[in-house]
Amino acid sequence: MKRAARLIVFYAGLFGSWTLLAELKIWPPYLFPTPSGVGEALYAGFQDHSFLIAIAVSMRRVLIGYAISVVLGMILGLGLGTSRFLEETMGGLLVSLQSLPSICWWPLALLWFGLSQNAILFVVVMGSLLSVTLAMEDGRKQMPKIYGMAGRNLGASGFQLFWHVLLPASLPFIVSGLKQGWAFAWRSLITAEMLYLSLGLGQVLMMGRDLNDMSAVIAVMILIIAIGYVVDGLVFKSMESRLQRRWGLTSST
Amino acid sequence: MSTNAHNFPGQIPLPIDPRTPSRVSGSRGKAGLATALRPFHGVSPAVPKVGLKDICLSYRTQSGERILALDHINLQVKAGEFLCIVGPSGCGKSTLLHLIAGLHQQTSGEVLVDGKRVEGPGTDRILIFQELGLFPWLTVGDNVQFGMKMKGIGKAEREEKTRYYLRLVHLSQFKESYTHQLSGGMRQRVALARALATEPDVLLMDEPFAALDAQTRDLLHDELERIWAETGRTIIFVTHNVREAIRLGDRVVLFTFRPGRVKREFPIDLPRPRTLEDPNVARAASEILGELREEINRSLEVEYSVGVKPHVETRVQP
Repeated sequence: MKRAARLIVFYAGLFGSWTLLAELKIWPPYLFPTPSGVGEALYAGFQDHSFLIAIAVSMRRVLIGYAISVVLGMILGLGLGTSRFLEETMGGLLVSLQSLPSICWWPLALLWFGLSQNAILFVVVMGSLLSVTLAMEDGRKQMPKIYGMAGRNLGASGFQLFWHVLLPASLPFIVSGLKQGWAFAWRSLITAEMLYLSLGLGQVLMMGRDLNDMSAVIAVMILIIAIGYVVDGLVFKSMESRLQRRWGLTSST
Repeated sequence: MSTNAHNFPGQIPLPIDPRTPSRVSGSRGKAGLATALRPFHGVSPAVPKVGLKDICLSYRTQSGERILALDHINLQVKAGEFLCIVGPSGCGKSTLLHLIAGLHQQTSGEVLVDGKRVEGPGTDRILIFQELGLFPWLTVGDNVQFGMKMKGIGKAEREEKTRYYLRLVHLSQFKESYTHQLSGGMRQRVALARALATEPDVLLMDEPFAALDAQTRDLLHDELERIWAETGRTIIFVTHNVREAIRLGDRVVLFTFRPGRVKREFPIDLPRPRTLEDPNVARAASEILGELREEINRSLEVEYSVGVKPHVETRVQP
């Protein structure tokens, strides 16, 4: 209860000072909108379905892109985790590539795929693939060796061993990497959508700028934050806590 | 002793079957120390269940030094025999179990099971690791049926056998629990059920009860002996606890410290069931302990290195 009270106080203060600043009219309303203006923009966006369409388009892209990078990342990470050669050579390359912002792949994506959905997907995959790969590799290393031995001892080998033993055994160690991969995928998507007008949340955001409609811009920013937060909270938090419960890592037991 | 009896070929019996010709109720009567500790000269049947032929294992340390861990191990284990291996830590006894399980490769020599050369892991030999290696992401029931699932056995049969083996280790009510919710002794029994459910001929146990409290260990000794009697498996049991080895084994093999060699074999003819407190067990233990102590002294000399005789008590866990 105390925590809820603190949250209410904080957000009431935030909105209060925002409203106060806006009402003082130091800056013109098209540069510094009021909270109610943003609320109206949100309402209007959902009213004419443009936000819903944008969310659907963006979610579809990010899910496809993220799925591709999880599958590819698992394969790559598995290779890195099992081959010393790959680890020493490609491992270093991947780490250094991680310092490259994913949007730097945009020009290349444009030349390869043209102005299309695939170009956006490419940027999303490049954005999240590395963190998934490195998380997989790390998971394989951190996973206690005993599980692999126990699995082989009980007759598992090849893909069976990977699917039934190595993957679940390394999950607690890769879930944070999967989460980070998701965050990167989401950011890369919005960035790419801002550069290429093609429905999606990024485009709606840019449209607000073009129309000098700062309320709409902030409304879309709030949407982007909310979606990222909800996926993180619903999907990954529950996955993490379920894993922790199963592995007995929670303090409650 | 009817150590060769395979009591239940094929069918699933009830956990406690009064008709079972039990080895536990030994018919030997009181065996004196003389017969209990007669040096063993290997009466081998035509094809032993497990045969170790000139097993050598060496490895290179990080400093490039070559260490001989196992030196020409020759051992034969009869079908249905309960063999215990004792030795100081670092004598390679756990490694030997890994070799038999096919999880590691020996440098030279052969591991034979039913006369056939072991090339890799196989479900005819299941190792119960010292750390158990139970899968925390699976329930107790799923852990037990893991091996059967890998073999492609159908769900109905898996469920039936899982129920049977959980009953055998008295864990029927914990089928849906996760392993971290269980006590150490219960986890031990899950590992035992998981190994048995794969229906191996040979059960390899690596110091399974070392981390347990005395009461739980006593209880598990009884249960292991009962299960062994009921299922007729061949068991190779590694321990550093001499009394435990005598409590359980048909035969105790003493290993030397690095390189691991078979120093001596002791057949244990004491009637079953035995207890750790049994004076006959204690007497048998004292002789083996005497020889084990020499090895422990040697190990301490090596560990504390260059000629300085360490001022360490060399008391062995009785």
